[in-house]
Amino acid sequence: MAKLFISTSPHAHNGDSVEKNMYAVVIALIPAFIASIVAFGLGSLIVTATSVISCLFFEWAITKYLLKQEKTTIWDGSAIVTGLLLAFNLPSNLPLYIIIVGALVAIGIGKMAFGGLGNNPFNPALVGRVFLLISCPAKMTSWPETHQLLSYADAVTTATPLSIMKDALYGNTAALNQLPELWKLFVGNTAGCLGEVSALALLLGLAYLLARRVITWHIPVSILGTVLVFTAIMWMVNPVMYANPLYHIFSGGLMLGAIFMATDYVTSPMTPKGMIIYGVGIGFLTVLIRYFGSYPEGMSFAILIMNAVNPLICNWCKPKRFGVVKK
Amino acid sequence: MNMKKTFTIGGVHPDENKLTSEKPIVGLGLPKQAVYPLSQHIGAPSVPCVAKGDMVNVGTKIADAGGFMSAVIHSGVSGKVSKIDTVLDASGYRKPAIYIDVVDDVWEESIDRSETIVEECNLSSEEIINKIKEAGIVGLGGACFPTHVKLMPPKDCKIDSLVINAVECEPYLTADHRLMLEHPDEIIIGVKILLKALNINNAYIGIEENKPDAIALLQSKVANIPGIEVVSLKTKYPQGGEKQLIEAVTGRQVPPPPALPASVGVVVQNVGTVYAVYEAVQKNKPLFERVVTVTGKSVQNPANLKVRMGTPVSQVIDYAGGMPEDTGKLISGGPMMGRPLLNADVPVVKGTSGVLMLREADAIRKEEQHCIRCSKCVQACPMGLEPYLLATCGEKSDWERAEQEWIMSCIECGCCQSSCPSHRPLLDWVRLTKNKVGGIIRSRNTK
Repeated sequence: MAKLFISTSPHAHNGDSVEKNMYAVVIALIPAFIASIVAFGLGSLIVTATSVISCLFFEWAITKYLLKQEKTTIWDGSAIVTGLLLAFNLPSNLPLYIIIVGALVAIGIGKMAFGGLGNNPFNPALVGRVFLLISCPAKMTSWPETHQLLSYADAVTTATPLSIMKDALYGNTAALNQLPELWKLFVGNTAGCLGEVSALALLLGLAYLLARRVITWHIPVSILGTVLVFTAIMWMVNPVMYANPLYHIFSGGLMLGAIFMATDYVTSPMTPKGMIIYGVGIGFLTVLIRYFGSYPEGMSFAILIMNAVNPLICNWCKPKRFGVVKK
Repeated sequence: MNMKKTFTIGGVHPDENKLTSEKPIVGLGLPKQAVYPLSQHIGAPSVPCVAKGDMVNVGTKIADAGGFMSAVIHSGVSGKVSKIDTVLDASGYRKPAIYIDVVDDVWEESIDRSETIVEECNLSSEEIINKIKEAGIVGLGGACFPTHVKLMPPKDCKIDSLVINAVECEPYLTADHRLMLEHPDEIIIGVKILLKALNINNAYIGIEENKPDAIALLQSKVANIPGIEVVSLKTKYPQGGEKQLIEAVTGRQVPPPPALPASVGVVVQNVGTVYAVYEAVQKNKPLFERVVTVTGKSVQNPANLKVRMGTPVSQVIDYAGGMPEDTGKLISGGPMMGRPLLNADVPVVKGTSGVLMLREADAIRKEEQHCIRCSKCVQACPMGLEPYLLATCGEKSDWERAEQEWIMSCIECGCCQSSCPSHRPLLDWVRLTKNKVGGIIRSRNTK
């Protein structure tokens, strides 16, 4: 007779795995990657390759030499996702050494310092990005114009739609007229971080993630909805100072953040109610920073702040228990 | 759009793998020796009423109930009691059991062995319940709760509906499905008898829409019967869970334990149990045989078999063409809630709804990884619990928190563990923790 295994039920598994989820995110990021290559050419390739390779290298080195684990975790896909997301949050003319430092901070401090995948309180890619943003603000906020396909560090830079919108907030009444046409923002033809350039490509990624049931709609929809409502109200109050809400939706890191960064499993709430509170919080903080902060974009900070609140949200927001009637 | 009824929280869609839904029920031959564990049901073990050397017939009572919450046991074979010893049962422990060496096939004369369907039933509620009790009937869905106890709900519960569990949501199993197709008239009579026992007029037969033939057949049978309704349910596991089924059919949610389904006015009985009730009440036939699905992806001849209780599982497997080489796990029941067997010498008992031979590739657990907090267990849990959190409470021995997070509501359906991408043994932890918390609650209540 064959050797029989003994373990308690359930004996069936649906075949899901950490790897499948991570690589699904990688697949969902492909349209945005293609859009970034179309927009920023060589620079996009160099930045992305450097970021992904450095993330993999640091995770491998840390698991092998610092944590002395027998098995490396680099193929679970999470380091690749972190590398991609970090790259997508950087300008396409960023020098290599800065990217490598960013990857070290993202993987080393953002993730492995807490015990690796599953234990990190903050989104590792954002930890890396914000570290760079604070450490080298000039380099992190110089944005190449689109369609200089063969340039990298030598690219001609320009203002992003968000910095134009910031000008309007500072009292430049003519600023909003300089905004590019909305469709250019939507398809990906304006300056910015390389992954956030095309809202269309990011939405394709969202559709894929939803169809594969990797994420649910709650977080992206509540973030985008909150931003839309908040900015629409301000726009109606003063359309010269405050930009059209659709510009807010399609510009900066909002789409990328709402679809790929805020939905990071490890650092986001686990119940629908919690996800919506978290999403509303991110949307609200983002707009608040865009309007009143000193940075033109607030998505990264908003997500990190809500990451910090996440344990509290998980304690407050419980699923609807079967048969329990609230008193 | 026609929204099919189902339960509202969580649930999963495991691969159905119903390989035997077209296979008619076939009688399995007699064993050489039959073994009857004394604990085949929830409650106190039965007490043997035969001794070594006694001769018994098919249908002879061999053990009395060990209390109110217990059940009698009848022999499924005729022959001689060879010993009262222990046997390794599906729990993995050695339990007391009666061994009978089979001689011929002599039935008790009181049993009506004819093919005729007896419709008329003039017994009173008490007489019906007594007959069910004397026939040793327990819930045949797998939980083995004594049926007569369920038919006597606490006095303060006003029962208005009977729900028949014909969902068979476990993958692979088709015993109930075949029973409905082959004995629909008997099942309807059984339902009427149970309605009479409960003194109510309202019954629902819940069937998942992956069994359209059974739905159509039973619907045609109840078309002219007021009070009995066949409810077609959207296929989703664990719809056969008592609480999920009640909600799917009636929209009522049973409060958390210790509340019983009776507290929302419902009694649930499995469709196999209903058939056993028919046989017991109308044909004087105690519960000593049942339909068992023997199945598995590599099994040569998967089948639905009518098996006498006490028959070793090995004989069931032999009928199906033997255990395939690639078998990794032998399971009594289905893949979601079934129990793993240590070997094939374990006897078929009242709760054996299936014998499943899982292939090694499907049976081995993958290496556990860190929880990535993906919330898929929370989405899957049909009780609205947070399995990742309960498992963590268990790991940290935080019994108090586990109780606050409603661990006692867990029905152990396995949805969480079967959909965990990190392959965490969530239900293992939850079971351990639930056991511990249950003990703490009991000792607190006795103080």
